[in-house]
Amino acid sequence: MTSPHLLWLLAGVAGILILASIVGEILRQRLSPGGGNPVIENLNARITAWWVMVILLAIAFLAGKTGVVLLFALCSFAALREFLTLTTHNRADHWSLVACFFVVLPLQYYFVLIDWYGMYAVFVPVYVFLLLPVLSALRGSTQDFLVRVSETQWALMICVYCVSHVPALLYLQIPGFEGRNVILIAYLIFVVQLSDVMQYVWGKLLGRTRIAPTLSPSKTWEGFIGGALTATLIGTSLWWMTPFTMAQAAAMCLILTLMGFFGGLVMSAIKRDRGVKDWGHLIAGHGGFIDRLDSVIFAAPIFFHVTRYFWSLT
Amino acid sequence: MTAPRAIWQGIEPVARQRVYFANHSSNGDFVLLWTVLPPPLRRQTRPVAALDYWLKSPLRAFIGRDVFNAVLIDRRPEARTTDPVAQMVEALDQGSSLILFPEGQRNSSDAVLLPFKSGLYHLAKARPEVDLVPVWIANLNKVMPKGEIIPVPLICTLTFGAALHLSPEEAKDAFLARASSALLALGQLQR
Repeated sequence: MTSPHLLWLLAGVAGILILASIVGEILRQRLSPGGGNPVIENLNARITAWWVMVILLAIAFLAGKTGVVLLFALCSFAALREFLTLTTHNRADHWSLVACFFVVLPLQYYFVLIDWYGMYAVFVPVYVFLLLPVLSALRGSTQDFLVRVSETQWALMICVYCVSHVPALLYLQIPGFEGRNVILIAYLIFVVQLSDVMQYVWGKLLGRTRIAPTLSPSKTWEGFIGGALTATLIGTSLWWMTPFTMAQAAAMCLILTLMGFFGGLVMSAIKRDRGVKDWGHLIAGHGGFIDRLDSVIFAAPIFFHVTRYFWSLT
Repeated sequence: MTAPRAIWQGIEPVARQRVYFANHSSNGDFVLLWTVLPPPLRRQTRPVAALDYWLKSPLRAFIGRDVFNAVLIDRRPEARTTDPVAQMVEALDQGSSLILFPEGQRNSSDAVLLPFKSGLYHLAKARPEVDLVPVWIANLNKVMPKGEIIPVPLICTLTFGAALHLSPEEAKDAFLARASSALLALGQLQR
């Protein structure tokens, strides 16, 4: 699955991270020698976590299709755990929760692994949507029933269905692009995460006007526009490693950054509603898994379907 | 799998002699509490557990007595030969810290917390210098409700609150109410 383009991209990311690590270290020595500045400490924790994530992703890429599917199945598991920890359920839902983790999640990724598109595209939104509430209904508790089953379904759609569209990109058949699909995944994650990081950077530099103060104090128009444009610009300049032309790549990048932004917004709304700051505590400096994945989660299915509709044979 | 996470809110995990008292919803409670303690503290900390449950089978006896070195208490007043409070005091005098579930049994009701048994008060009276630390365990009852076999891998948090001590003049009921509301307050904070 290795192609020179993938190696270029990984080398580029490693370069950015080395630069970030150096800058982080200089900032620490200048401004926070005793570890006293929380912003700098958080920044350095984020950079370290980025290294771990990139290394894991690189290993999965080298391990081939199964490796990538497995990695994202594990991501789904971690995300689902965070999501369901915050949702409403009672004792009558025990079996449906068990089913989410040990039946729905593995099956969805199995369908992706065997490339059964017709099944993995409808499994969660149709079959699970209809059958899972039956398990809860059989236990006879009617209190908050609609709230409980909808929240569980939402957790599955976000954490399992959407995330599984990332490895599904490996199976698209794009003429002239055979054997290089892994680039699509790397490209998706790279553009979306770059947009996130640049929104953070631009927001810190000249963020003034908040977009949705009730949802997130750190999302500003200046940050959003600056981040989306920077990521689109850099993403477009990498068009030569994708199946897209330059103009198509630009349009794709705009879609990705926009969806990524929406993802962050919706997931913050959920967090606000539940009164938590982070989804979890798994990744130092980033909060939980969903905190880091929220934008990819929203961008992945759209990216998958647009690519599939316009470029894929299947 | 349940990814337990400790939040030290009112107190630091330092090596002082303590009685950790927590809400009780599952048999996994004390294992979880034990797991989130730093290893040096863990070695000195013994759970207080029900003898009738933990001696029911050889496997349970092995886990309870030999692995966790539990202070086993007979919950049946008519059958017991030793006083539970004396047993706990003895363990404290040997230098151990204790994990205690003052509700006395697993809470599978809709109530957030059951009324406390008096053991905590008698213990506080016998050894007033020992820190009494409330610990709220969130979510474990959802991971494995009483009577279920397969656990759901949700995230559990354990919140450690500020230590309590018995005031010299304090009556039993007032003290138990204070301890109970200190524990509940930690739970409220979680939600």
